[in-house]
Amino acid sequence: MSGIDLSVKVGSLKLKNPILLASGTVGYGNEIAQFTDLSKLGGIVTKSLSLKPRKGNPPQRITETPSGMLNAIGLANVGVEVFIKEKIPFLKKLNTTLICNIAASSIEEYVECTKILNDEETIQAFEINVSCPNVKEGGLVFGNDIKSVGRITEQVRKATNKPLIIKLSPNVPKISDFAEVVMKEGGDAVSAINTLVGTSFDIKTRRPKIKNITGGLSGPAIKPIALAKVLEIKRNVDIPIIGIGGIMDWKDAIEFMIVGASAVQLGTVNFINPNAGIEIIDGMESYCEQYSVNRIEELTGSFQL
Amino acid sequence: MYIEKSRVESQTKINDNTFLLKVKSPSIAISASPGQFCNVKVSENTTPLLRRPFSICDVEGESVYFLFDIHGEGTKILSQKKIGDKLEILGPLGNGFQFQGDYETAIIIAGGLGSAPFPFLTKKLSDYKDVISLVGARNKDLVITHNLRNVSVATDDGSIGFHGTVIDLLKRKIEALSKNKFRIFACGPNPMLKALQLYCNESNLDCQISLESVMACGFGICQGCPIDSADGESYLLVCKDGPVFDSKAVRL
Repeated sequence: MSGIDLSVKVGSLKLKNPILLASGTVGYGNEIAQFTDLSKLGGIVTKSLSLKPRKGNPPQRITETPSGMLNAIGLANVGVEVFIKEKIPFLKKLNTTLICNIAASSIEEYVECTKILNDEETIQAFEINVSCPNVKEGGLVFGNDIKSVGRITEQVRKATNKPLIIKLSPNVPKISDFAEVVMKEGGDAVSAINTLVGTSFDIKTRRPKIKNITGGLSGPAIKPIALAKVLEIKRNVDIPIIGIGGIMDWKDAIEFMIVGASAVQLGTVNFINPNAGIEIIDGMESYCEQYSVNRIEELTGSFQL
Repeated sequence: MYIEKSRVESQTKINDNTFLLKVKSPSIAISASPGQFCNVKVSENTTPLLRRPFSICDVEGESVYFLFDIHGEGTKILSQKKIGDKLEILGPLGNGFQFQGDYETAIIIAGGLGSAPFPFLTKKLSDYKDVISLVGARNKDLVITHNLRNVSVATDDGSIGFHGTVIDLLKRKIEALSKNKFRIFACGPNPMLKALQLYCNESNLDCQISLESVMACGFGICQGCPIDSADGESYLLVCKDGPVFDSKAVRL
């Protein structure tokens, strides 16, 4: 035992370590549990839930790009009711912090979902997905509209006392403005970033490789952008940040904390190495030993300019 | 399911573009069932980033075989692996063929590289079922009959064997088999599987098809490999609900 304190606080949310698995890359926990011990992680964020089940987009949903991948899953999910009935019992046994991600196509639906899930003790926090780039209702992506983000935060805040995290879109001119709105409307933290809009075409058929035409770009290709966004928020707004974007190993995770993240989420790497979370925690602990960091929290925003 | 660091034991060129890779993967070898697949990290770099899914072609002791052709960057890298190289392999994944049951003859239908999962199935079946294999390809250079039994070949251009599709060949064979109970196991390109599905469903034949799809994780979390259920009401995942489906269960 190294005696290093790996625990972190994201606003009022306490985590045993800074490693979370990102929404949409861990399902509802059951499949990935075959490969890794989820109880050792800081927590998991479940696949986005909507009020009613969603079938998701038709195939092809994903394609690989240089050091990244595009996805347009379309928020395929079982819906709140089935989640409570069939998924919560397993999640309850995991002994890890459960953050529930909610996606919706109206402000009312966000509020309704939150109210229903709020009674579930197993759920320790909510992450609100305002920024899925692949589902547009009436042509609007909430996450790209600052007023909508403010309004969603305000209304969902009224529906729960649990820690409220808003997952921000990078597809905006100034992400720190969005973080500021979240702070003003009572959000506890922001997670940044969701995927970047991208596309890829087959030069033989001249058709898009994914059916939705555009998808969300993730993976190591987006890490420098994600780091810049986290840094921008950190330097401009006083709100805890969960860093996301292309983390593949412990060095990436440390880098996110240095630029301002209180915790981080692993996404695409889970598809490649479902045990990455635990390996990253071990690597971070060794780093702390080597650099005499007694509490990993000290890393957050410790950048030198 | 395991994540196993596996040593390359051999790499054999089967034809111009097709390779047979043998790796030492004891945990996967002992737990694999015919029709399952593995998700292989071909490089430690981030390009290619994702694993590549391959059918388990055969299992021999502690070794696992994969049959693949060069299709893109990932398979090109895989084809360059030499004896002693290490590959990180995730598997066995998926459901595999339902090969137990009340039938006498297994009819294997393979189109092109669709032969890949059948050496293992053939090995498992040989003790207690008759096996016949119908192998189709565009021309004689693309016919892959590696470790299959009782093979009849069909080529689109007639350069070897029956001149026509493997489905036309199947229809002829089945006439001769009419008194036997049989089950069809098929893998190959989508047009072949569609024609087979149509024929089998119309004639109410017992048929299992193995599908392929682009996928990321291979075990159900990325949701990247959906296939329409037969009623079109929902999606099934090729990686987790498949890759083997009853021909009546999916809409191709």
